[in-house]
Amino acid sequence: MKYVDEFRDPELITRAAEEIKRLADPNRHYRLMEVCGGHTHAIYRFGLKDVLPPNIELIHGPGCPVCVLPMGRIDDALSISADPNVIFAAFGDMMRVPGTNGSPLEHKARGMDVRIVYSPSDAIKLAKMNPQKHVLFFAIGFETTAPSTALTLMRAKSEGLHNFSVFCNHVTIIPAIRAILDSPDMRLDGFIGPGHVSTVIGCRPYEWIAKNERKPIVVCGFEPLDLLQSIVMLLIQLQKGEAKVENQYKRVVPWEGNRAALRAMAETFQLRPYFEWRGLGFISQSALRIRDEYAEWDSEQRFHIPGIRVTDPKAAQCGEVLKGVLKPAQCKLFGKECTPENPVGALMVSSEGSCAAYYNYEHRKAALVTSIGSAA
Amino acid sequence: MSSGVKLDISDPKIRFREPQIEMAHGAGGKASRRLVEGLFAPLFFGASTDPLGDAAHLSINGAQMAVTTDSFVVKPLVFPGGSIGELAVNGTVNDLSVSGARPEAIVVGLILEAGLRTDVLQAEIQAIANAAQKAGVRIAGGDTKVVEHGKADGMYVSTTGLGTLLPGVEINPQSVRPGDKILLSGPIGDHGITILLARGELDMEGNLRSDTRSVFPLVDALVKAAGPCVRWMRDPTRGGAATSLNELARDCGLGIVLFEDKIPVHDAVRGACELLGLDALHIANEGQFLAVVSAEFADAALKALQATPGGEEARIVGEIREQPAGSVLVMTLYGGSRIVDMLVGDPLPRIC
Amino acid sequence: MCLAIPGKIVEIASDNPNSALVDVVGMRRKVDLGLLQDDMPVSGDWVLIHVGFAMSKISEVDAIDQMRTLEMLGECEAAAQEVRGYGLEDLEDKQAS
Repeated sequence: MKYVDEFRDPELITRAAEEIKRLADPNRHYRLMEVCGGHTHAIYRFGLKDVLPPNIELIHGPGCPVCVLPMGRIDDALSISADPNVIFAAFGDMMRVPGTNGSPLEHKARGMDVRIVYSPSDAIKLAKMNPQKHVLFFAIGFETTAPSTALTLMRAKSEGLHNFSVFCNHVTIIPAIRAILDSPDMRLDGFIGPGHVSTVIGCRPYEWIAKNERKPIVVCGFEPLDLLQSIVMLLIQLQKGEAKVENQYKRVVPWEGNRAALRAMAETFQLRPYFEWRGLGFISQSALRIRDEYAEWDSEQRFHIPGIRVTDPKAAQCGEVLKGVLKPAQCKLFGKECTPENPVGALMVSSEGSCAAYYNYEHRKAALVTSIGSAA
Repeated sequence: MSSGVKLDISDPKIRFREPQIEMAHGAGGKASRRLVEGLFAPLFFGASTDPLGDAAHLSINGAQMAVTTDSFVVKPLVFPGGSIGELAVNGTVNDLSVSGARPEAIVVGLILEAGLRTDVLQAEIQAIANAAQKAGVRIAGGDTKVVEHGKADGMYVSTTGLGTLLPGVEINPQSVRPGDKILLSGPIGDHGITILLARGELDMEGNLRSDTRSVFPLVDALVKAAGPCVRWMRDPTRGGAATSLNELARDCGLGIVLFEDKIPVHDAVRGACELLGLDALHIANEGQFLAVVSAEFADAALKALQATPGGEEARIVGEIREQPAGSVLVMTLYGGSRIVDMLVGDPLPRIC
Repeated sequence: MCLAIPGKIVEIASDNPNSALVDVVGMRRKVDLGLLQDDMPVSGDWVLIHVGFAMSKISEVDAIDQMRTLEMLGECEAAAQEVRGYGLEDLEDKQAS
């Protein structure tokens, strides 16, 4: 696979890992946060922690849009979809996320019309194929996914499609990073910046992190060599006492972002005054709602939303894990009451959630540390 | 009030406590396992702790035979590379084969949906007949029921197969030892991705076919080359190779290490998995099998497979180790590793 | 939020310039080009695909540049080590003093 396999070259990965070991000051413990859940997933999938020296600690950030969604939002959408004339359409990522009365798949087993879609365009197709029903598209994601929802809204309007609406849960990444930096428990040396969000927003929005917070941030791709190269770049900045925004993912990320995508978002969305983030509380100007000009395609304006607020069980420590203050295994429920089969929080369901990633890919390796040795 | 067995839900040997059945319980992963081990096994097999295999080997009045059953629920009924009829024959033939038996005969149960077109049914009956002939098994009989329109997705097929035991091989997960090698008969993921594409819900197409076939000729070649040293075999259907290997790791209490660069995957399957965020190790196969062979005979076993028509892409993909006990680890060439677990239910595509 | 895959445009739909067929190692997917309207790609271009939309064109030049940098990693240090082996530093110190 072009533009993928080259960046998974084992020889170059080994070399990059050696360079990291050479650059890392043995007297220093580095705490680097990867903001994006996709990076968390990549780190575990490629086993990158195995090739990093022990004094480089990767802290998982809150960039998992499924994980930060409060349970009440799922309940709200499912309550609208209880009407037999409504089809609940969402990405696969949402299907097992627990609501108060079960996940979307569990609702499907009890008779609700629930469909997995792979693109917001699929949801429009569903609406056209089912003119007697209303399709509610449960939109999630950061700025990577919001433009696609935006274009879809514009298409629905221009085509006069009336049996379609979007339940919008898009959130923005900068407030999440700000919340991390404002948190008194966090001590971080630098950031591995979200690569795909940056294809839309560009690299400028991170400049305050370097200028005001004096932390280096490297916008990073998703292949193993991208992650390792970004860590090299962060170490070099830290060595020199620098703090700047760098773009490691140049082959894909334009410094100025994607203007057409930003225009589509501006046309269809506006910022909510505040939005509740699971584990991080209410954050102002951190989420998108659909503009009044598109009210007809906004599920929250077409339907009555119960506005259910559900607090996480007291014992669940989703918030601290989301902020990177606790490691998944340190949550009291991890592996016991909370497993991928019986998830308490979304961090255990979402494939990017640090708990799921850790549970699925890592935690049985703890016993293995000495016996892995070299690969065949 | 119907007469019949009254279920005592407080029965302590029933460990399955979920109030209703979900799709996940049929996906071959952890939920399926909970159902089988928690509800079926205690009531069917009593206190027996024998690991559950693909087929049962029975000794009845001195006659030795293998028996198995399998049900086929697939949408669409026809897809590139095959149809429900072929799956129904090959699935049972393969379960018998990997239990160390020569498939001899099958009986076919059909549940047909009222409204099913006769030409569709005829095509499937022909497919069953053709597949049976190709696999060298007799169709000994069957049964038919018709249900109301709206049930049965067109048709459901169930097959029960009988076989004779192959001499010189005894499948037993307890005989697996550290150092044993893991062989895979060919590329994984073709069937599951073909079905996903054939449903037409994705705007995606590729040059892929289901790999449905009888694996008996390959199993036969393997057993002839390494018989007594074949410790375990399984055909990784729903749940994929990851599920079968996790079951083995649990049953033998040892660790399984796979080498990522050795696992054969067709490009188109890889492309689909990357696009959808799926792992080929979790995707269903209908024409492949895994075998654990002792180290001394692994190369001879591999050569025997590769020399058999249909086995050219067979590979040694991993080995048994002490650690991680009970788990499956995939290693990369650069020393990175990740645990591969059974999924809860069907693999779901993701965007994140 | 981030599963995005590179694919090569093999065909632009004749009835809809925003719709393209993209190839990913033999798997073909219909992709919406609406987000790239300021700089529309053509057949043969590589794009990054996320939820059925093309997010960005992939720059071959930048990819090659990155590979070069990665291939050079460690080579500077290796070269430096070799040079140290020649004992040239002693010469430099003597000349400096």
